[in-house]
Amino acid sequence: MSKFNKGKKKKMQALSTASLPDIIFILLFFFMVTTVMREQDVIVEVKVPDASEIVKIKKRELVDYINIGIPVDIDLYGSQPVIQLDGAIGDLDKIGPWIANNKDARDEAVQSKIVTSLKVDKDTKMRIVTDVKQELRKAEALKIMYSSSAKERTVSAKK
Amino acid sequence: MAKRELTEINAGSMADIAFLLLIFFLVTTTMAQDFGIMRQLPPMQEDDVIEEPETVKEKNVFRVLVNSNDQLLVESEFIQIDQLKDKTLEFLTNKGVFKDEPGVDTHTEREWVRKSDIVQKIANAKGYLAKDQEDQNAKNNLKKYSAKLDAINFFGEYKALIPAALISLKNDNGTSYDMYIQIQNELTSALNELRDELVSKVSRKTYLELDKLNPEERRIIMAVRQIYPQKVSEAEPNQ
Repeated sequence: MSKFNKGKKKKMQALSTASLPDIIFILLFFFMVTTVMREQDVIVEVKVPDASEIVKIKKRELVDYINIGIPVDIDLYGSQPVIQLDGAIGDLDKIGPWIANNKDARDEAVQSKIVTSLKVDKDTKMRIVTDVKQELRKAEALKIMYSSSAKERTVSAKK
Repeated sequence: MAKRELTEINAGSMADIAFLLLIFFLVTTTMAQDFGIMRQLPPMQEDDVIEEPETVKEKNVFRVLVNSNDQLLVESEFIQIDQLKDKTLEFLTNKGVFKDEPGVDTHTEREWVRKSDIVQKIANAKGYLAKDQEDQNAKNNLKKYSAKLDAINFFGEYKALIPAALISLKNDNGTSYDMYIQIQNELTSALNELRDELVSKVSRKTYLELDKLNPEERRIIMAVRQIYPQKVSEAEPNQ
């Protein structure tokens, strides 16, 4: 025994880990609530462009997704950008029936509020996007959203 | 029966189980990221309707062209994407919005929206409606002018862009999607900046933060839209 710590207790009290499960559970619940299971297979690779003037869609159940990009499986689908509707590759002429189908699947009251979200890879050329937009106009799905990730707004010279 | 003492279950492994679940959700999670630029497409034109070429004065149109090399031509001038916002702001605020200011003559015209005129027009529309309840034209007018009156009450008399004024965007088939979105973004950014400026006078939120479902904020949104309307029109693609 050293003479310095004669009267003191040296042993540190064991930290109670009883609340550890609670903390983990809170984290767990957070992720359970925020998680969205992948609804569809990823067929095309999409890296959306950045934009600052973005809005958030609150009603996710009213959104349909069209993905456009280069297929992940190049051997199977080729290396040109293709259109993915739900879980499958679709041609331009499939968009119309697809839109009509999605419309019928929803309640009449909300049919006018459906938004078509275009998730387009940023390296895609506009030709295919323009074609898709024309198809959407024909199918009267006029509300669209160009899916983008957030960035800072550019500063104007006046300020 | 033998009396048995209840032994406590060891809860030490609970954390492990929770961890396991946690890691599973961590891996499978994708945060909800439904963000993007909202746009309304124009309805498809019927093929058999032969469209009269619209006569718009060149100075009322702000032309944005982008070619297949992602080069930008704005009002017949080569510019970089970071200059686009300032050009757009210039077009949207030319000659002042709330007071007369010197501006560029080659840009669009504006006309004053006076409170007395609007009040008069609302009274007219109400008069028509009193005679005929189903007068759709009068109903529309009443709605339109009420929105303008609201805007004046919020922000004062203003100069509106003439109806023919618009921003025209035309892209090439070979334009990259990224460039296209950047242009859309800059055009919207200019507009939103002006709208923010207005909204800041009456609210602490920015324009995009205003909630449409809140009646008070909805009125602000509608008023701001009267003063700075969204005016982007996209050219029909060549067939």
